[in-house]
Amino acid sequence: MVLLTLLAVVTVAIVRQRSLFGVVILAGIYSFLMASVLIVLDAVDVAMTEASVGAGVSTVILLATLHLIKTTEMRSVRRHVLPLFVSAVTGAVLVWGTLVLPPFGTADAVIHKHVVPRYIADTIKETNVPNVVTAVLADYRGYDTLGETTVIFTAGIGVMLLLRGARRRGRTDREKVSP
Amino acid sequence: MSLDLILRVGTKLILPFILLFALYVQFHGDFGPGGGFQAGVITAGMVILLAITFGLKAAQRVAPRSLVERMIPLGALIFAGTGVVGLVMGKNYLDYSVFSRDPAHGHELGIFLVEAGVLITVAGTMTALFYAFVERGR
Amino acid sequence: MSMLMSLIEHYNYVITIFLMMTGLYIVVARGNMVKKLVGLSIFQTSVYLLYIEPGKIIGGTAPIIDPAFTVYSNPLPHVLILTAIVVGVATLALGLALVVRINEAYGTVEEDEIFERDRNT
Repeated sequence: MVLLTLLAVVTVAIVRQRSLFGVVILAGIYSFLMASVLIVLDAVDVAMTEASVGAGVSTVILLATLHLIKTTEMRSVRRHVLPLFVSAVTGAVLVWGTLVLPPFGTADAVIHKHVVPRYIADTIKETNVPNVVTAVLADYRGYDTLGETTVIFTAGIGVMLLLRGARRRGRTDREKVSP
Repeated sequence: MSLDLILRVGTKLILPFILLFALYVQFHGDFGPGGGFQAGVITAGMVILLAITFGLKAAQRVAPRSLVERMIPLGALIFAGTGVVGLVMGKNYLDYSVFSRDPAHGHELGIFLVEAGVLITVAGTMTALFYAFVERGR
Repeated sequence: MSMLMSLIEHYNYVITIFLMMTGLYIVVARGNMVKKLVGLSIFQTSVYLLYIEPGKIIGGTAPIIDPAFTVYSNPLPHVLILTAIVVGVATLALGLALVVRINEAYGTVEEDEIFERDRNT
């Protein structure tokens, strides 16, 4: 509960921060807090991924981008009232929707009844792998993971296509300084 | 130059252990938390740390760009190929029980191959992303 | 009063939705594209939380089978989110690559300035 409140505080700080460098660092802090929350929620595999991906690789890539662009945010001329109103109303509706969900941590919720007991009971017998997450990831839901791997492959190719091509001449300031 | 001595020595000291930890996460993923995705990201993290401390040239001596870019499709192909083996042996796509006479052992082997494919793709992609962004900046 | 009790019981969902809406607000209200992408990833992580939270059982343990335990948290959301995180960073990088290209073409990453320039040409 304390960790969740901290998460909310860091998010507000991200909204208020105008220096993009600060935003990136706060996003890294946010990821570490999120990883701690996930450990508390027993999702150790996910927490490990979030810590290494969210706080590691994505921070590095964001910083590499900041190296290429201007690092302060412009004071926006647009009005903030309408977006604030829209997100507040949507949030209120969603909170109202969650009130009918079973309370946090109950063992007899519907989500625990469907296919999961079979995974937990039969994983050792069928695959010799005690970590149910790995077994479901690579075996029972192999198609899913194949698709995800293909998405990563495609995104990697896309980034290389976007960034490896020749630069357009003349329009950027950086080019004028160092031809 | 002399100020970052501690950084350089410390990085050199820690690099093999990062790689070792990545391999541990990969091969111990059946028994504890971990697997191909995490191990791939940690491996890429090792290359990124090397590039940050010693410069891009040193990192690309360890992991040349051509190698990294070949790893991306290679991993996806290993994954898809593992599925095709099941198809060729007369079972369903991605059915690992064909790898061994004992179905459970076959599944274990199949999971191992699939995780290896994931590791190769993820490590390759993350390193290639980093190279692409950094090379744009020079 | 029962409304308040219910809110406290669902405190985790309230925070999750707060994070989600903050992400949405950043995406809609802010003009800087890097900040928009950070907002988008905050929205994304709140969805991770939304998936993982119902899977937790109080008194349960991580879903690694061991004879010493009998109650495990639900492994299925973990699998879905695990892959989603790695895909998330790959798509974030794709978005940032687009931002870099936009910056090279326009010299800015602020939406308002880009609109301004498009109107003038």
